[in-house]
Amino acid sequence: MSDRPDEPEAAVAGTSMGGAMDLGVDEAETLEKVPAGPDGAGPEDRPRSLWSDAWRDLRRNPVFIVSALVILFLVFISLWPSAITSGSPLKCDLSKAQEGSQPGHPFGFDGQGCDVYTRTVYGARTSVAVGVLATLGVAVLGSVLGALAGFFGGLSDSILSRITDVFFAIPVVLGGLVLLSVITSNTVWPVIGFIVLLGWPQISRIARGAVITAKQNDYVQAARALGASNSRLLLRHIAPNAVAPVIVVATIALGTYIALEATLSYLGVGLKPPSVSWGIDISSASPYIRNAPHALLWPSGALAITVLAFIMLGDAVRDALDPKLR
Amino acid sequence: MRITTHASWAVCAMALALATAGCGGGGGGSGDSEAVLSASWGDPQNPLEPSNTNEVQGGKVLDMIFRGLKRYDPETGEAQDMLAEKIETSDSQNFAITVKDGWTFSNGEKVTAQSFVDAWNYGASLRNNQRNAYFFGYIEGYDQVHPEEGEQTADTLSGLKVTGERTFTVKLTQKFSTFPDTLGYNAFAPLPRAFFDDHDAWVKKPVGNGPYLVESYTRGSQMSLRKWDDYPGDDKAENGGVDLKVYTDNNTAYTDLLAGNLDLVDDVPAAQLKNVKNDLGDRYLNTPAGIIQTLAFPFYDPAWNTEGAKKVRQGLSMAIDRKQITDTIFQETRTPATDWTSPVLGEDGGFQDGLCGEFCEFKPDEAKKLIEEGGGLPGGKVTITFNADTGSHREWVNAVCNSINNALDNERACTANPVGTFADFRNQITDRKMTGPFRAGWQMDYPLIQNFLQPLYYTNASSNDGKWSNKQFDDLVNQANQETDTAKAIDLFQQAEEVVRDNMAAIPLWYQNGSAGWSDRLSNVKLNPFSVPVYNEIKVS
Amino acid sequence: MGRYVVRRLLQMIPVFIGATLLIFLMVNVMGDPIAGLCGERQCDPATAARLEQEFGLDKPVWQQYLTYMGNLFTGDFGTAFNGQEVTELMATAFPVTIRLTLIAILFEIVIGVTLGVVTGLRRGRPVDTGVLLLTLVVISVPTFVTGLLFQLLLGVKWGWIRPSVSSEAPFDELILPGLVLASVSLAYVTRLTRTSIAENRRSDYVRTAVAKGLPRRRVVVRHLLRNSLIPVVTFIGADIGFLMGGAIVTERIFNIHGVGYQLYQGILRQNTQTVVGFVTVLVLVFLVANLVVDLLYAVLDPRIRYV
Repeated sequence: MSDRPDEPEAAVAGTSMGGAMDLGVDEAETLEKVPAGPDGAGPEDRPRSLWSDAWRDLRRNPVFIVSALVILFLVFISLWPSAITSGSPLKCDLSKAQEGSQPGHPFGFDGQGCDVYTRTVYGARTSVAVGVLATLGVAVLGSVLGALAGFFGGLSDSILSRITDVFFAIPVVLGGLVLLSVITSNTVWPVIGFIVLLGWPQISRIARGAVITAKQNDYVQAARALGASNSRLLLRHIAPNAVAPVIVVATIALGTYIALEATLSYLGVGLKPPSVSWGIDISSASPYIRNAPHALLWPSGALAITVLAFIMLGDAVRDALDPKLR
Repeated sequence: MRITTHASWAVCAMALALATAGCGGGGGGSGDSEAVLSASWGDPQNPLEPSNTNEVQGGKVLDMIFRGLKRYDPETGEAQDMLAEKIETSDSQNFAITVKDGWTFSNGEKVTAQSFVDAWNYGASLRNNQRNAYFFGYIEGYDQVHPEEGEQTADTLSGLKVTGERTFTVKLTQKFSTFPDTLGYNAFAPLPRAFFDDHDAWVKKPVGNGPYLVESYTRGSQMSLRKWDDYPGDDKAENGGVDLKVYTDNNTAYTDLLAGNLDLVDDVPAAQLKNVKNDLGDRYLNTPAGIIQTLAFPFYDPAWNTEGAKKVRQGLSMAIDRKQITDTIFQETRTPATDWTSPVLGEDGGFQDGLCGEFCEFKPDEAKKLIEEGGGLPGGKVTITFNADTGSHREWVNAVCNSINNALDNERACTANPVGTFADFRNQITDRKMTGPFRAGWQMDYPLIQNFLQPLYYTNASSNDGKWSNKQFDDLVNQANQETDTAKAIDLFQQAEEVVRDNMAAIPLWYQNGSAGWSDRLSNVKLNPFSVPVYNEIKVS
Repeated sequence: MGRYVVRRLLQMIPVFIGATLLIFLMVNVMGDPIAGLCGERQCDPATAARLEQEFGLDKPVWQQYLTYMGNLFTGDFGTAFNGQEVTELMATAFPVTIRLTLIAILFEIVIGVTLGVVTGLRRGRPVDTGVLLLTLVVISVPTFVTGLLFQLLLGVKWGWIRPSVSSEAPFDELILPGLVLASVSLAYVTRLTRTSIAENRRSDYVRTAVAKGLPRRRVVVRHLLRNSLIPVVTFIGADIGFLMGGAIVTERIFNIHGVGYQLYQGILRQNTQTVVGFVTVLVLVFLVANLVVDLLYAVLDPRIRYV
């Protein structure tokens, strides 16, 4: 069985956004280390798909189990925060400002006298929403554009790849500052939209590489020879074999998007009240770090654990999907 | 790299030409009384021209390198003659000004009547895009030099006439009895010929007539000012100079002060106020300044311009626990406001403690009742809009909202609405996009009650952001401006202020103090009523 | 090789134009910057109109963009609202940020690669598990929390370092900010090197080298490391652009007057010229760094040939 979470290529592609910019199709193959697809599966008695193989692996991986449990718990409290809190995150009493832990208020109070525990629990919803929805958007947009570029090649590939480069070249935090500084909406949508806008190239490149690899498999060539239409080729034959690397990168990216939301809030352009988010709380508590460190540490800790859980999950999924490690 | 070299060469050339400090030197003398202090600073927003500087950071520098006809006493704020030998008028409309003899700019040029007239003409001229041009709006001929639209038809103000080397006359378009007292404002400073002859070089390294001269200026990072040894005034610098260092975040500046890398911080962040006693002991100052924070309302929005809305505004005012907020968030560096001016004016200057009465007291039950009587909050809730990029606005807006929510027993009654940038905030105000109360801060330009009322509440005045308009108020202000007897004028202004109160045109929140902390090298640190440190009086050991 | 470089350089042109146009449009979305210039009062309409004309804001966006690009090719990056030339700002800001980036990259190489090699050679041992866990934690905690904590502890509580950086920003004052800036990338470099080393250790050529009886040190440095560094180099190369542009948070915490600071100021004041100018340079840095990285591939991995 594969050992610990490691091999961060996907994580690297996730954050560095760098790598092989454009080496042409052939080099890209040698450089982008894309899992080779089902033909990499070892000889076994009965045929198993990549997925069932991976699932068998994951079930036995403690890292996966722990991170999955953490994520399930997060999803649970995002849906039903009142299950583990009784207060309201918007109920604040200035006379209690900065007070430490006390009965009924295990995490103490922040600078406005709001209960840190309640706010931390309610903050999960926003963070998980931003993470999940932004990742969905990025994954859909990125893989569609990437797959089209990889599948058709030629001029459309060149054009799409150049467009990808354009969005890649804009520093992310900077783009966030510019775009979000004038948004007046106090929902999570602008933040999600922004992440999708500047995040898709990352997935797009992975998807393009994966499609190029899958395209050259014999069974695809065979299907093409049998006269399968482009859409059938792409959807039925290529996509199922190219989706694995996208999932891996997307899971890890999910964690980084949650952290990005916090950074944007720290810079004053993230979510707005009355949204309750860890980013908002961390940012408003950071000047008070000397007097009320607890107000900073609890939401930061929650954020770190969440990001950690998603990154570990992504790591574990990659291990399971990468046949080279078996 | 070439650009840097080039720039520093230019600075050297300037320095040599002015026969002042050598090039490349920097740093102050050690051990002697010529010691240099370092102080926190913010990057000025506009070019450092007197008639172009409208915020505190640029104002700090101008205050050090310029002296105008009048100067506001660092302690009392009273306008005193500085370069003015005398300012005479018989009708409050025509003024004859005599400039004192013996003053020069630091490059040796004499300060004459022409220096003032040229500077004012420059400031008023539309062509020069000066942000403070409207300060010259009372002077006759302003509408030709600075028409509201179209090209200007004159280059100089017809109301300004040089009558001798040291004398000139000013003709205003209307009576304005306290006009001489406004002349301490930066926009009215004199300018040397160098400013007009080589403007680019001047802006890179300004030359003035104040107790300091600019030794070097690295844009966006640091300005080194040194004592001008031949300064003719009696408020000579008592230290060797000041290095102003740009900080993006006042928290970092405070941290640097604690670590001994900075001598003077003139804006202690709200978050650190709790630690100040511990960290600095008595090396900390907290004095009233001519700043008031209010909540303005969009009177262009029909929902806020009704008789009922007045009660809602009064109710909101009573729902704000000013005392608790100033105590907790600001650690008593702000004082709950009870009128619409500032205590720095003094009782004689028109400040009236308690004018607002019970409407500025925290009475949650009556607040709730008044708001209900007034038809409730428009749309069931209010948003308080503010710019989140500077100051500690976020903290107090949240606190105000929480206070209102608690008073009304509805945790979604009030929400804070941060706007990312100041520019965007101003845009929304200018474009009349506000739908509820919004932050309005006023820092006085000069310590007169007129300055706290007319720019903010007069119909269509430049800072009347809520577009409040009231005929009775306007009439009283007009009468007050024409009144030649100061006491009577102030009385009229106070009557006008009562009109503001009766309509609750804006909710007064608190008077802001200036605060400063300094290292143990410094002594005699003071803040003037504009919350700017009196640099020239600081002693460095 | 030459043909490949030329092709790449040609491809940079549309990307450069696209990226500058994109940032130009984004800044334009921010709206009218003039209102912010007049303090807490309304600009008088005449002055506002004059200012708009002066900064070219009265023209349609496409025309503004064309004018801007035209000026750019003559080396004119425009003027900020406070009368400073953008090139002048760049001349003070870029050297600082370059120093900061150099330190960050040095940390990535020295600490990241060392930890990566150590853990790669000792897979599964406690030291490996410990470092892996540490890297995960570093990746998960946002930079601004790390930065603020370090500043408070090292700068204020214990007084080991200056809590902020002076305007000259010499190398020694940039060590801590550099470490904070590098932290996340450092964690990635560690994991990347570890994977690469672990993978290559099982490869035939290493087995051969060991069988030949070469000293362990030589095997690790000459054979293993050289081959394992390819993905690491790619990562670090691509990271340069991101470190420079991503330093906004770090520069803000430590009051460093570099690129991030100028950009932040520019954005707050909606200063189109500053923001577009700086981003343009960053985009160029990013594109060139990517090209250099791809060329380095060929140097490190003889199997790759560019045609």
